[in-house]
Amino acid sequence: MKTKSFNIFFTSLLLLLSAQIYADEAPQASPNLGTTVLNETDTFKAFGGKEGLVKIMDDFMINLIQDPRTKPFFDNEKQTFIKAMLVEQICEILNGGCKYPGRDMATSHANMKVNRAAFNALVESFQFAMDKHNVPFTAQNKLLAKLAPMYREIETTTGDAVPPAALN
Amino acid sequence: MHQIKLPLSICAISIASLLLSQNSNAESMSYSNKLLLTGGVSQVEGAAGGGLTPWAVIGGYGTNNEIGGNVHYTYAKTGDYKLDSYGLTVGFYDRFELSIAEQKFDVNNLRKKVDAALPGAIGRNEISQTIIGAKVRVLGEAVLDADTWVPQVAVGFQYKKNHDGDFVKSAVVGAKSDHGVDFYIAATKLLLDKNLLLNSTLRFTKANQFGLLGFGGSRHDNYQPQLEVSAAYLLSKNVAIGAEYRMKPNNLKSPANDALFGGANVVELKEHDAFDLFIAYAPTKNISLTAAYVNLGNIATVDAVGADFGHQDGVYLSVQFGI
Repeated sequence: MKTKSFNIFFTSLLLLLSAQIYADEAPQASPNLGTTVLNETDTFKAFGGKEGLVKIMDDFMINLIQDPRTKPFFDNEKQTFIKAMLVEQICEILNGGCKYPGRDMATSHANMKVNRAAFNALVESFQFAMDKHNVPFTAQNKLLAKLAPMYREIETTTGDAVPPAALN
Repeated sequence: MHQIKLPLSICAISIASLLLSQNSNAESMSYSNKLLLTGGVSQVEGAAGGGLTPWAVIGGYGTNNEIGGNVHYTYAKTGDYKLDSYGLTVGFYDRFELSIAEQKFDVNNLRKKVDAALPGAIGRNEISQTIIGAKVRVLGEAVLDADTWVPQVAVGFQYKKNHDGDFVKSAVVGAKSDHGVDFYIAATKLLLDKNLLLNSTLRFTKANQFGLLGFGGSRHDNYQPQLEVSAAYLLSKNVAIGAEYRMKPNNLKSPANDALFGGANVVELKEHDAFDLFIAYAPTKNISLTAAYVNLGNIATVDAVGADFGHQDGVYLSVQFGI
């Protein structure tokens, strides 16, 4: 009897402890998110929440089309869709309560060839958009640290970049 | 002046031809697509890095299918010495780096003091050396691999030829050679979510005061491992502040102390480690400016003639132009 009550007590304690640990953990990421979810929400707030992300993505897309290095990749009918997907993806990464419903990074970039120059050009356009919306540098880098390793799936060439239209 | 003009014009021509060759192939060639400041700045020996230490980054703004490069001029002034340095750094495909630098070390203050007691012992106002460097990135991606602790790692060498061999090998200094090769391995990691860049470099060297006082000496004439560490905090995309510490060997013991002064430590050549505190600013990818406080400790002190030069610290300024 003594052993049994001790076991119950011990199991309850373990459950309580693990519940405590999991309470601090970030939500489980959507299968195609491509990274983990931030375990805090201050960065999401620094981006102005989901409304902030929508505004940043609008300017981001304008920058991408102004830049000749990225224009061929984004100057097409998919702009609205891409912006909406980016908002969902980044909102989820920043622990903003969203669920990214899109494809994984390898699949969504399968019909184009992205090189490092194009990848970095996109990062620069994104930084300009975040700057314009006064996202603090530290918050920007918290997000970029989540996005940067995606170069492994997105970059598929070390040669010339090839936009989707040219491959279709 | 003649000496400084020629290599500088070579640098200018090289960088101009680099720009032209890329522009003429504008259809297929692109350039300057690395992110701002991620190629480091030219360190004092010409390699891409911080101010004092080479980092694992490849100089210039070229990505893995581009060539980048820059020219730099560096001026350092401590209490009693002055260093002018300029050179060219070229990065190929974010993989290889070649560099050449010319250093001129002004020892006029020391000469004036020493000449009063021992005329002609130094016999020159400056010591110069040429440094040719090469570096290859062997693994890692310092900036983008933000989800792992694996750093970017590069190995390199710096061949140094001192042009005042007759002096540095004389009985006053006692270096064993006027040329030498430093070998190093560098690891660089950007902790992007913390705005922090860390670097650690292990150098095997026989160089005295970077090679300005030759290589090897009466105390040691063997390769010794020296650790060099840097930390930089990014304040924004184009401004970084940081600190560096560079260990240096202590090879020299002036043969003149035994030969002329009965073993008394009259000519003190004890070498200290160096450190700096820097700020680097890159308004565009074509220009970067570095300002630092630098501390080199003792270089050469001759108390007997009033050359109490044991604590050399001062200002370090560097400007770099490139693509």
